[in-house]
Amino acid sequence: MFVNQFLFLAAVLFCIGVYGVVARKNAVLMLMSIELILNSVNINLLTFALRNGSTDGHVFALYIIAVAAAEVGVGLGLVLLVYRNKKTISVDDLSEMRG
Amino acid sequence: MKLFASESEVLAPLVSGWFLEHAWLIPVVPVIAFALIILFGKRLPMKGSELGVLSMLSSLVLAAGAGYQWIQRTNSATEEQFVEPVIKSWSWWRSGGFDFGIGQHIDGLSVLVLIVVAFISTLVQIYSLEYLRGDRRYTHFFAALTLFSGGMLAMVLADNMILFLLGWEVMGLCSFMLIGHWWEDDANSKAALKAFFTVRTGDAGLLVGITMLYFSANDWTQEHLGVSGFSIRGISAWALSGEPNSTVITISAVALFIACIGKSGQFPLHTWLPDAMAGPTPVSSLLHSSTMVVAGVYLVARLYPVFFVGLDILGSGGNLIMIIGAITIVISAALAFVQNDIKRVLAYSTVSQLGYMMLGLGAGAWLPAVFHIFTHAFFKACLFLGAGSISHSASHHSFDMKRDMGGLRKVMPITFITWVISTLALCGVFPFSGFFSKDEIIDNVGHNGYTNFMIIGLVGAFMTAAYMTRATYLTFFGEPRGASAGENSHDSHDSHDSHDAHATHDSHDSHDSPATHDSGGSHGPHESGLLITVPLMILSVLALSSGFLNATPFGESWERMKLWVEPRAVEVVGVTHSGGPGEALIITAPGAEESHSESVCGSATPESGICYAPQLKHAPFKWSKAILSMFIVFLGAALSWILSLLLFTKRDRRLVGLTQRVKVLGLGHKFLVNKYYLDVLYEKVIVRSIAYPIASAAYWFNQNILDGILHGLANSTKKLSGWVYRNIDQRVVDGTVNNSATFTKSVGTAAQPTQSGKVSQYGALLFSAAAVAALVLVIINT
Amino acid sequence: MIAQNIGFWIIAIVMIVAALRVVTTNNVVHAALWLVVVLAGAAAQYILLAAEFVAVTQVLVYIGAVMVLFLFGTMLTRARIGTESDLNNSYKKLGIPVGLVMFAAMSVALVSSFGDEKLPQTASVVSTQEISDQIFGPYLLPFWALSFVLLAAVVGAIVLARKD
Repeated sequence: MFVNQFLFLAAVLFCIGVYGVVARKNAVLMLMSIELILNSVNINLLTFALRNGSTDGHVFALYIIAVAAAEVGVGLGLVLLVYRNKKTISVDDLSEMRG
Repeated sequence: MKLFASESEVLAPLVSGWFLEHAWLIPVVPVIAFALIILFGKRLPMKGSELGVLSMLSSLVLAAGAGYQWIQRTNSATEEQFVEPVIKSWSWWRSGGFDFGIGQHIDGLSVLVLIVVAFISTLVQIYSLEYLRGDRRYTHFFAALTLFSGGMLAMVLADNMILFLLGWEVMGLCSFMLIGHWWEDDANSKAALKAFFTVRTGDAGLLVGITMLYFSANDWTQEHLGVSGFSIRGISAWALSGEPNSTVITISAVALFIACIGKSGQFPLHTWLPDAMAGPTPVSSLLHSSTMVVAGVYLVARLYPVFFVGLDILGSGGNLIMIIGAITIVISAALAFVQNDIKRVLAYSTVSQLGYMMLGLGAGAWLPAVFHIFTHAFFKACLFLGAGSISHSASHHSFDMKRDMGGLRKVMPITFITWVISTLALCGVFPFSGFFSKDEIIDNVGHNGYTNFMIIGLVGAFMTAAYMTRATYLTFFGEPRGASAGENSHDSHDSHDSHDAHATHDSHDSHDSPATHDSGGSHGPHESGLLITVPLMILSVLALSSGFLNATPFGESWERMKLWVEPRAVEVVGVTHSGGPGEALIITAPGAEESHSESVCGSATPESGICYAPQLKHAPFKWSKAILSMFIVFLGAALSWILSLLLFTKRDRRLVGLTQRVKVLGLGHKFLVNKYYLDVLYEKVIVRSIAYPIASAAYWFNQNILDGILHGLANSTKKLSGWVYRNIDQRVVDGTVNNSATFTKSVGTAAQPTQSGKVSQYGALLFSAAAVAALVLVIINT
Repeated sequence: MIAQNIGFWIIAIVMIVAALRVVTTNNVVHAALWLVVVLAGAAAQYILLAAEFVAVTQVLVYIGAVMVLFLFGTMLTRARIGTESDLNNSYKKLGIPVGLVMFAAMSVALVSSFGDEKLPQTASVVSTQEISDQIFGPYLLPFWALSFVLLAAVVGAIVLARKD
């Protein structure tokens, strides 16, 4: 197995995730795209852990999973709050930050 | 090598003592007190203030003990012996192979600053007992004040950069809390934010510098000294070892110096300091004399070898530190002339004095600069507390010299006398402390070959004398005006309402208004209470006498500071004295010079050829030079006195309204009143342009922007031709500012579509910028 | 080795297709289910990379907990269970070139740095004990920090979602 086949898989997933973040309007779908990005990073970490024969990558992959869980929890909490106040979760309708 | 061995055998054992070994207790006490005040303060009989004062007192005792034992230690060493600093270090935390230590590094420099900080903090806390009596956040004030001192103390005795950074940041946080103590007032919370953000701008440099030093020094320090690359001792030795790459050390030194610029209010980041006057006066006093602003100077003095090598101190033609210091001296002294707020005059004078310290450090005058930290702390604290005393008891919490002061010398004799003593010290008049430090700096700058910078220093001394005379005249002489004349412009000033009422009245004099007035019913100006005057008197006695600790004019035996703070001089061929920043010095032995003749330290330690301090020279004292600078100071004071007399009392027709009549003067005046338009630059131009960065990247080809630029250019051309027509006119300045504003506005308008507030659009722009940047990186690297 | 390679490619293709469906489908619930496929595929890849424990954690945390959260989020915000045409915004067109440019940059970088370097053949599975030795040894501090992050997230999520 080549190092690159895993890295390329991660790169493809990352770019798809980026596309999702940019293109999606629904807040829940945006969060899902972010999960794709995080998973691609995990694949990279584990590939390098195997390549270098160290366990550091595993530790950080686990930390990322934990952080992702926290992020989804807070993110969905926010989405619920927004929905309750505005009856929509389309991020395009949230333009209070207009300059 | 044999010579080394025989040399080191004759060295006397250095004495140490309990206070030196346990100096780490000094910051620990206030930190514990902080926690206790926050937790239980409100339930205590004096609302937690007694804990603050007690903790500062015990820190002072510990620091004084350490100072005494340090003096014993230096005395126990032989004439030329290197006095080893008392270093203790423990492992604080470990992560992923990195070991972060915590510990103390006690040497002359840190002991000196510890004593000053603990002393001033104690007096300020005692003063605050009276000044803030009845304030609604009394307990929190004392908690923050105690932690503030604790942060500074921790920073001063830090043995490694991580602990140093911790103390530095704790101070930054506490300064934010203290400056914004009366945050109900919009101006105060804005000033607190401004101070915080401006200092943070510089702090980025500190992080960069520490990181760079760690990664470049760690291998060397582990190998030679067995300490990590965070250790201050290790970094100092590494910097002088000839090992470091010159680019790396230069960039690290510049990064660290940016942090000092932010913290010590040097040009161009000095703008936060005068605004920090929004805090209560005791805070200004503490902030400006011994903590916070001194931190930047202390960093330069502490890691002097890094700056010495990195910025080529003692090289020909000056360096970054000197240039920044010199600019700061002159521009802030000029600003002090146009201030009506007494605290702002003092603030700009602090900035200017810090410039002297930087100039001294940059010019290789390490000891005079450090000594100036010491003397400056006393007289500046005294001046600020004096200003607070005036506003507290005479001028109804106003700081406006022109409107609410004048003629106070009769009603406030103690404040007046202490003020005058400190002013004389600040101006550097002969037997007062400022003379022995400031004049030494100027003298040494000249001695090291920087004549131009010496002239700037003398100009600064002239200006200092002049603006302080103006302030003294306006405050204490002439006819009483406004509040100090007994006029009761503000009806109620009990409870906190007075403060709020003030805020609506005028933003200029609402910086400071303690909650209650001690006198209750009596509204006329009077002398302040003992809790205020006693600290004033103690400080003024020190302002008068502290200079004699290093009185160069009276010969070698009076130079105690050189003995205690600067390690023992080493006799090296061709150089009369060598000394160095607090760290260690170096035993020379015959033969050592030959192998190390090229190195900056000129000698090496016996054990491993490790050098901790650069070679520095001291200028011999000459009365002729001192008399010259005295003459300049008196000239400045006399000129300013006459002008003040004519302008403010006699209302001379030739002088009154001069700035309105003569355009050139008016222009200069306006320029100064607007603080060189630096705030405009930062807030209107830089911050705004950073607010639209993605915009300019994504819509680079946008027609509107091009139009905007053309529009701006056309405007400036128009204004420029207008300027040629009308010669020097006020509109030059206005025009420039308006133009930059117009330009910014047009850029902003053009970029407005990107500020849609839509998250996904921001995301798209962010990722496209990242993609483009990645592409650029790939293209460059292949 | 060949079996592993075949496994990798099958899973990789399934993952990529599923990931594309996640970002293109017009049904929120379907998107969540396609995401399950991607995450499960990632877990499988972790096993190929000799990371058993991480793979198991991935299944437990992501597929077990995070997906349930997503489905609840969809349900509570009353998204239509069914096709919805209005899920993409007007920057869709910008997304494609951005993604492609990024991918191009990464491909060039990956090819030039790793070329045809191979992973070690004889790698043994990293045991859970080794990972715990790392977490509770040198990386203890990040672990503590993470505990605080989780605590803050729990409190924050409750505060945000509470009705009052």
